[in-house]
Amino acid sequence: MSQYVFRRILLAVPVIIGILVVTFTIARLIPGDPCTAALGERATVQACEAFNERMGLDQPLTVQLGIYMRNVLLRGDFGDSIRFSRPVSIMLIERLPVTIELGVAALAIAIAIGVPAGIISAVRRNSTIDVVTMIGANIGVSMPVYWLGLMLAYVFAILLKDTPFWLPPSGRLTAGLLPTPFYEAWGWQLTKDTTAYLISDFISNLAIINSILTFQWNVLQDALRHLILPAVALSTIPMAIIARITRSSMLDVLGREYVRAARAKGVSERQVVLKHALRNAMLPIITVIGLQVGTLFAGAVLTETIFGFSGVGRALFDAITGRDFPVIQAFTVVIAIGYVLVNMLVDLSYAFIDPRIKLQ
Amino acid sequence: MATRTEAISPETINPSQRSRSLGSLTIRRLFKQRNAIVGLTILTILLLIAVFSPQIAPYDPELVLIGIEDVGKRESPCIHLLGCPEDQPQHIMGIDGNFRDQFSRVIYGTRVSLFIGFSTIGLAVIIGSLIGAVSGYLGGWADNVIMRFMDVILAFPSFLLAIAIITVLGRGLQNALYAIAVVNIPVFARLMRASVLSLKEQEFVAASRALGASPFRLLFARILPNAAPTLIVQATLSIASAILEAAALSFLGLGAQPPTPEWGTMLGSERNQVFTSPHLVFFPGIAIMITVLAFNLLGDGIRDALDPRLAQTTKS
Repeated sequence: MSQYVFRRILLAVPVIIGILVVTFTIARLIPGDPCTAALGERATVQACEAFNERMGLDQPLTVQLGIYMRNVLLRGDFGDSIRFSRPVSIMLIERLPVTIELGVAALAIAIAIGVPAGIISAVRRNSTIDVVTMIGANIGVSMPVYWLGLMLAYVFAILLKDTPFWLPPSGRLTAGLLPTPFYEAWGWQLTKDTTAYLISDFISNLAIINSILTFQWNVLQDALRHLILPAVALSTIPMAIIARITRSSMLDVLGREYVRAARAKGVSERQVVLKHALRNAMLPIITVIGLQVGTLFAGAVLTETIFGFSGVGRALFDAITGRDFPVIQAFTVVIAIGYVLVNMLVDLSYAFIDPRIKLQ
Repeated sequence: MATRTEAISPETINPSQRSRSLGSLTIRRLFKQRNAIVGLTILTILLLIAVFSPQIAPYDPELVLIGIEDVGKRESPCIHLLGCPEDQPQHIMGIDGNFRDQFSRVIYGTRVSLFIGFSTIGLAVIIGSLIGAVSGYLGGWADNVIMRFMDVILAFPSFLLAIAIITVLGRGLQNALYAIAVVNIPVFARLMRASVLSLKEQEFVAASRALGASPFRLLFARILPNAAPTLIVQATLSIASAILEAAALSFLGLGAQPPTPEWGTMLGSERNQVFTSPHLVFFPGIAIMITVLAFNLLGDGIRDALDPRLAQTTKS
C-alpha cells in the first residue's frame, strides 16, 4: 500500500517540474523587456540594471530557472503583480478561497445530479427517462458556460424579479455586508504576515465556512444566494460528462456475471444496483470526476467574469486584459499544480476503492 | 487421391456473403445510429449555411445600418410573421450595438466557427500524429522525452494553456487558432504512438519491412490506415471542444476581434447588455451550442459504428 502511494507521488514530481519549466519558458517568450513591462516605458538604464540584478535577470537562463523553481516551490513566492505592486501570493490567499468555494459547490451539484441520473439511465435503459437524460447530457456538454451563466442571470435577476425566486446576478456578498473573520470573532491575537495569520486569513476568505464558524447566519444565507447561479452554470458540463460515464460504466457492470449471480441469489434489485454494481462501476466515474477539476478551473475564468466573483478566474481575466504577466504565470502554475495534485489523489483513492490495485 | 476443387466465380457467391471493406461496413452502421444521423444532418445544414451565407443573409454582416434603414440601437427582433408591422424592415434576430443585422452576423459566424474547428484540429492531427509516429517508431529515450513533454502539456487544463500561449503570441483569431491547435496535439500524439507500438510488431508490417519498405511507406501505407478510425473519432470530438474553446477565447476578447462576425466575440461584446437586450446574447449562444452538439453527436456515432460491441451494449 505505502509503496503504491509513494510511487504515485513520485510520478507527480517530474510533471510538476515540467509545468514550472513550461510556464517559465512561456514567460521568457513574452515579447518585450521584463524591466519596461514592470517599471514602465520610461525606466532609466540604471533603474533597469538595478531591477534586473534584483530579479536575477542578469543571470544565465538556467540559473534564472533554478531561482524561479526555488522561489515557487520552497518559499511560495511568485513575484509581484505589475499592476497592483503587491505579492502575487497575497492575491492568491485572497482569491483562491473564492474559486475553491465556487468549484466545490459546482462539483457537488454535478455529482449530486449526474451520478443518480446516470444510474437511473443505466437501470432503465432505453426508457423515456434514459433518452431524456442522454439528450440533456449531450446538450449539456455542448453548451457554452458563459452563455448559460448570462441566461440564468437574465432569468433569475430580471424575469423573476419581485418573486421569491429572485437571485442576485453578480457579486459574492451584498454590498456593505462585511463578515467578521472567524479569528477576530474568536479573539485570536495574530500578527500580520506570520504563517498562522496567512492560513487563518485563507480560511476566513472561504465565506461559507467563515460564516458557519462565526454563526453569522445572515452572511451565510447571502453568500449561498450569490453562489447558486454561478455554481449551477459552472456545473453543467461536468454534470453531463459524469452522467454519461456513470451510465456507460454501470451498463458495463450490470452485464457482468457477478451481478447475475447476485440477482440469482435473490438479492433485492436496489441492493444489486447500489452495492454490487455501483461499487464496481466507481473507478471510471471517479477518474472522470478528477478530470473535471480542469474543466472547473477553466470554467471559473468565464463564470467569475460574468458573475463579478473576485476569484482566481476573474483575477486571471483582469491580468490578461492588463498584461500583468507575473499574475498570469503564477495563477497558471497554481491551477496546473492543483490539477495534477487532485488527479494524484484520485489515483490514490483507487487503492481504497479497489483493493486489487495496490497489489500490482 | 486427387481432389478437384471448383474454381469459385464471383457470380456464384451469395450477395449477402460477399465480403465488405471495414470502411463500407462502418458507413452502413453509421447510418443506423440515431446520434450520427442527427449530427450528420445538422452538420450538413451548417455546411450549406456556411457555403451559401451571402445568399441566406439579408444584409452584409459588417454593414452599419445608420442612414440606410430606420432602426434603433440594439432593437428587439422584428418578425413580420409574428406581428411586427409590415412597413418596418424585418430583422429576425434584432439589431446589435453597432446597428448591424444580428441574423446576418449569426449566419456568417457559421463560416468562422467551422473554419476554426476544421483548421485547428486538422493541424493538431497532422502534427500530433507525426510526433506520435516518430516517438513510437524511435522508441527508447527519445520516445520517453517526447511523451513526457506531451504529459506536461496535458497536465495543464487546456483552456488555461491556450490563454497562456495567447499572452505570448498576442490576441487575435490566428493566434487563438495556433493556441488551440497546440493544446490538442498531445491527444493525437498519444493515439498515434499507441497504434504504432501495437502495429509495428505485427506480421503484415514485419512482412512489409522484410520486403524493403521504407519507414515512410510503413507509416503511410500500413500503420496510418489502421490508426485512422480512432484518429477520426477523436478528431470529430476534438472539433466540438475546439469550437467551444475558440468561442470562449473570443468571448474573453483574446480570439477573433470585432467586427469579425464570430459568435463568441458577438456574445462578449454584448454581455453587459444582457439585461436590456437578451436577444443579442441568446442567438449566438444557441448557434455555438447547435454546432458543438452536431460534432459531439457525430463523434459518438462514429465511435459506436466502429465498435460493434459498444453499439450493441448501448442499443439492446
